[in-house]
Amino acid sequence: MTLKKKELSINMGPQHPATHGVLRLVLELDGETVVRCTPHVGYLHRGTEKLFENRTYPMGLPLTDRLDYISSMYNNIGFCVAVEKLLSIEVPPRAKYIRTIMGELTRIANHIVWIATHALDIGAMTVFLYSMRDREWIMDLYEMTCGARLTVTYPRIGGVRCDINQEFIDSCYKFIEDFPKRILEYETLIDQNPIWLQRTKGIGVISAKDAVNWGLTGPTLRGSGVPYDVRKFAPYDAYDQVEFDVPVGKNCDVYDRYRCRMIEFRESVKIIRQCLDKLPEGLVLSPEAPPYDLLPGKPRVMPGHPMGAILPGEEEAEEKTQELFDEIYVAVEVPKGELGFYIVGDGSGKPYRMKVRSPSFVHASVLPKLCEGSLVADVIANIGTVDIVLGECDR
Amino acid sequence: MLAQEIADILQKQFSSEVLRTVQFRDQVTVLVKKKRIVEILSFLHDSPDLFFDYLIDLSGVDYLDRKEHRFEVAYNLLSVKHNHHIRINAVVPEDDCNIDSVTGIWAGADWHERECYDLFGIKFTGHHDLRRVLMPEDWEGHPLRKDYPLKSDLGEKEWKGYTDVVAAAERNRIYEVH
Repeated sequence: MTLKKKELSINMGPQHPATHGVLRLVLELDGETVVRCTPHVGYLHRGTEKLFENRTYPMGLPLTDRLDYISSMYNNIGFCVAVEKLLSIEVPPRAKYIRTIMGELTRIANHIVWIATHALDIGAMTVFLYSMRDREWIMDLYEMTCGARLTVTYPRIGGVRCDINQEFIDSCYKFIEDFPKRILEYETLIDQNPIWLQRTKGIGVISAKDAVNWGLTGPTLRGSGVPYDVRKFAPYDAYDQVEFDVPVGKNCDVYDRYRCRMIEFRESVKIIRQCLDKLPEGLVLSPEAPPYDLLPGKPRVMPGHPMGAILPGEEEAEEKTQELFDEIYVAVEVPKGELGFYIVGDGSGKPYRMKVRSPSFVHASVLPKLCEGSLVADVIANIGTVDIVLGECDR
Repeated sequence: MLAQEIADILQKQFSSEVLRTVQFRDQVTVLVKKKRIVEILSFLHDSPDLFFDYLIDLSGVDYLDRKEHRFEVAYNLLSVKHNHHIRINAVVPEDDCNIDSVTGIWAGADWHERECYDLFGIKFTGHHDLRRVLMPEDWEGHPLRKDYPLKSDLGEKEWKGYTDVVAAAERNRIYEVH
């Protein structure tokens, strides 16, 4: 008698502790091997892009916190950089430095959460306990500055909300003094750990050519050896005035992506130290910044029609007779990859169309490519290594 | 290479396709007809001087007032090798709401096109798996179109997934602790 063979299809998620939110993967298995993997996203879709279209630019700012809630500060910065470019607002140097410090603190906080959950998923629990202790310090630094810990809304279009004080600077110096020792602690736990090596080496391999073709960004791309980093390719804020290296991997696997992020910890510390040393004096919010109680104004209806209440450089606008809509795409390097804002402005205080190019959405789409042909246990490692947050993926 | 130079090359190569070129804050947008979009983007992808190996973003825009070309599909391209950008906008009319898929050039276009189909209703011909990605599969309408309301009282036509949850919550009220 011959036994009949049939593929088994199982649901991983949406309620699964290792899917980092509400990601659902439908896996078709042949024994332990994944034959087909279909991700389903959208469980956290809140229509953020539609909401943006109905709010003025300052009102849209708090919505960006809710995209990637692990690194909310950097989402704010990305939105502000994009809108500043659209409205051509010059940011004071001190604000640029403060944003860079905050951005890199966010990168450390994000990578801490990443290493904690990634190691926990693979089975190393202790890392979680150590790294959450260190994240708390960054949360305290946030709280010291703006009163909030998770959804900060601290940067503003044209600068930041309030200045940092000496207490913050002292504590931040102390943090970057201490933190490199703590990175060593994590590395002691997992870097040469045989179980960790077996679970990560040679798993989730994606070649450099494929990684670029799939549109991966951030450490997920750099693990495959492509040195693409928005901070180097199109510097914003104070990144053109600090020195840092961009780590790249060689073997294109989970382990190399892990190493990339561990080195990024140290690069972030380097950037924060340089910014604190060079912190210039002056304003933290540009006088051109749009007020919070800004009225949306009327969209342009005729060529050369005066723009809304806030747009500077109206003479320039009047010269334009061809187009009514200004398009702009501005990207920043958030901890997870490239966060881009594609804004179509119609001259009023509201965006006509706002598209958020989120790294998590692209990284979730590459999961079938990484998982197919691997074992079920490696699916967990693959979800961890691309570093997705579903709030940002579903928008 | 400067974005304007790339736009000039495109203008020379595909003069019948390019409608106009717009420059705004150092960024260049080339507006093209949709018919030969795959050819244009393959040219940008393959030509060694341009080498746009990276499709950063694909996004739809709905210009409700323009009757003859209501939708635009914006392709944001980047070359990692040369570090230059360009944006190609393809015009899609309302009554012929489809465009050729570029998943053959960039595999990463897959979900971007699905999202654009989901939220704008633009069909991508040649896409291997064109399903909704963010909205539920039985949702009606395309939310990011400008004639789709931000909120409204749908009454009877409310999405079934929502009414089911409300009904279940109503049924389970007896278990609440007071």
